[in-house]
Amino acid sequence: MSVDVEPGTVAYTNARVLDPARGLDAYGGVLTRGGTIVDAGANLFAGGVPDDATVVDCGGACIAPGFVDMQALLGEPGHEHKETIHSAGVAAASAGITSIACLPNTDPVIDDEAGLEFVARRARETKLVKVYAHGAVTRGCAGGEMTEIGLLSAAGAVGFTEGVTQVRDAGLLRRALSYATAFGAVICQRPEEPAIASGSMNSGALATRLGLKGRSRHAELMMIERDLRLAEMTGGRLHIGPVTAGESVELIRRAKARRLRVTAATAPPYLVLTEDAVGDYRTFAKVSPPLRTEADRRAVAAGVADGTIDAVASDHNPQDQDSKRLPFEAADEGIAGLETLFALTLGLVHDGTGGLLDVLHRLTAGPADILGLDAGRLTPGAPADLTVFDPDAPWVIDPDSFIGKCKNAPFENHTVRGTVLRTVVDGRPIHTAAARDAA
Amino acid sequence: MSATPAPTDPLASLRDLLAIAGMAPEQAIALLDKADGYVEHSRAADKKTDRLAGRTVVNLFFESSTRTRTSFELAAQRLGADVINMEVAWSSIKKGETLIDTAMTLNAMHPDALVVRAPDSGAVKLLADKVNCAVLNGGDGAHEHPTQALLDALTIRRRKGELRGLRVAICGDIAHSRVARSNIHLLNILGAEVRVIAPPTLLPPGIETLGVEAFTDMRAGLQGCDIVMMLRLQMERMQGHYVPSIREYFRFYGLDHAKLASAKPDALIMHPGPMNRGVEIDTVVADDIDRSVIREQVEMGVAVRMAVLEVLAGRAPEAPA
Repeated sequence: MSVDVEPGTVAYTNARVLDPARGLDAYGGVLTRGGTIVDAGANLFAGGVPDDATVVDCGGACIAPGFVDMQALLGEPGHEHKETIHSAGVAAASAGITSIACLPNTDPVIDDEAGLEFVARRARETKLVKVYAHGAVTRGCAGGEMTEIGLLSAAGAVGFTEGVTQVRDAGLLRRALSYATAFGAVICQRPEEPAIASGSMNSGALATRLGLKGRSRHAELMMIERDLRLAEMTGGRLHIGPVTAGESVELIRRAKARRLRVTAATAPPYLVLTEDAVGDYRTFAKVSPPLRTEADRRAVAAGVADGTIDAVASDHNPQDQDSKRLPFEAADEGIAGLETLFALTLGLVHDGTGGLLDVLHRLTAGPADILGLDAGRLTPGAPADLTVFDPDAPWVIDPDSFIGKCKNAPFENHTVRGTVLRTVVDGRPIHTAAARDAA
Repeated sequence: MSATPAPTDPLASLRDLLAIAGMAPEQAIALLDKADGYVEHSRAADKKTDRLAGRTVVNLFFESSTRTRTSFELAAQRLGADVINMEVAWSSIKKGETLIDTAMTLNAMHPDALVVRAPDSGAVKLLADKVNCAVLNGGDGAHEHPTQALLDALTIRRRKGELRGLRVAICGDIAHSRVARSNIHLLNILGAEVRVIAPPTLLPPGIETLGVEAFTDMRAGLQGCDIVMMLRLQMERMQGHYVPSIREYFRFYGLDHAKLASAKPDALIMHPGPMNRGVEIDTVVADDIDRSVIREQVEMGVAVRMAVLEVLAGRAPEAPA
């Protein structure tokens, strides 16, 4: 529900104000004027609400910076039957996301200024969440020639990545990491050594029993180890994600202790599910890197809680029936993740793994800082990108009722807690719970 | 008669010119002084002397070159030497007669000086160890190109008076450049402050240890510079391996008036040639008669090579080893 009039002054009152970037958790409110935050905090309206302000009574719910999803595949251009910038925007808005950084694996690949311009124009027209784009590291994501990292950075690329794949060639990644330092650009790698990661699910007893070729966690570990070495060698900025193995978290923890310029992300499936979700060849649970063991899940969740993992991204990868209703090894990888990003991640708070501010940080300032976005904070002067949510309200995930175009998520019948009541971008409400209920 | 001892000639100990690194400041200055004398000489109607009459200079080029070879050839001819040009494909050295065999063959013909250019770093030194005559490095791989540095220094000195205290930026493909390395050494020897500016992929690791400050931002690096030396970027480096594209290179590292505005208002622009116009240098800047001394560099090249040949090819031949 987008409103085309300029937002005036809005007072969000009667709220639990959460600003993870400054450790703020207090009863109070947020005041916005136009598209900008004027102030946020306790006692903000002790002297009364400004005369010109429209009051939004949050009814005691939480108000936080809008969520930043640093890694999502949006399908447009080229795969509009799976997702469009509009369908993804509506889905993301319903889940409290106010900024998305999309992956370059579109058709054509986002590897030039025209590709970035296209995404920016479609996002402007859609006028829902803010959509940023990663540029490809190599032309056509073909692994050969480096893209114009300088020109793409100047044109608004927030990061550089091969998206659903990774830079294989160590020499090429070395040069890209090195070259990118001149522009302060970050290179994002999906951690899997493709020569080793040829199977379709986590290797182990279950894969063996199912007769599926396994994909060892060592494929992830060796890629991370190699890439960390290259980051050290070049002084380049490396982002690794999604991280799925417990030992990966340890590698990143040690790299950060050595002051390497490295950040990491994971995605909700790895916080919630294990390889058991593959069950009876369920292709919706086929994802790259694969779902792993319970010990891995716990270690990754702990990494999110303690900040070793800086961000949780949706790693949204919409796949239609034709891509998933296939034998397991032939099916495409990917899970639709926009609409469950927040509620599944908040599970870490409800099960006692992490504190509310810490977990919210991985959805707000954490990813915003990696991408260099002016987002994820309730700082005066920052864009009025806000999410109002009830952290406790339970609901049952039903992928068939997803707003997005694709329903490929192995979370049916998962009960989660955490409902988004209102999503605001640049002061404009782009989603309210009432509107969703009416729909 | 006064008891003052005759000043010793700093060039007396010079047998070859393989590198600038390790050269004494007095040697560099003596060569520049000598070269300076040949500038006017080359501008006169009669350019010929007989200082190297009867001597033989061989230009042995394993890499195609027009300007350096011509410059050496002209320098030798103006000094009255006999000159032979040999262009040998490096590939034949790799698969057939070895470099040392070639050197021994030439040595048997008793040349007085060999001018050698080779695509492998260190190849000229290897050859120099095997011959009796003087060897002049005309450029070896990404190692050194000493006469280029000398001619650059002469150009600067004639324009600015002296090099001490000048701030010089060398911009472009530092990693693969012998011109950059020789210039870094000579400029340091002569007391200039040296900066290098390049995309990180074209900055070799540890370049600071050669006595430079490294920059990846052109405007920051050019700040307050008296001299801007541009380097040629080989086309094959621009296709996505070291640099993504020509247009990106020009945008961030090509010298145009906007970037040049960061340097001093009287900064001089230099380029060893041949230029890639619109890649590392804007045509307007390259042809700016107030700033560009690129053609002057070519003129100084002949004078410098005359000076070096006079010193090295003019010696009495060594006894055969």
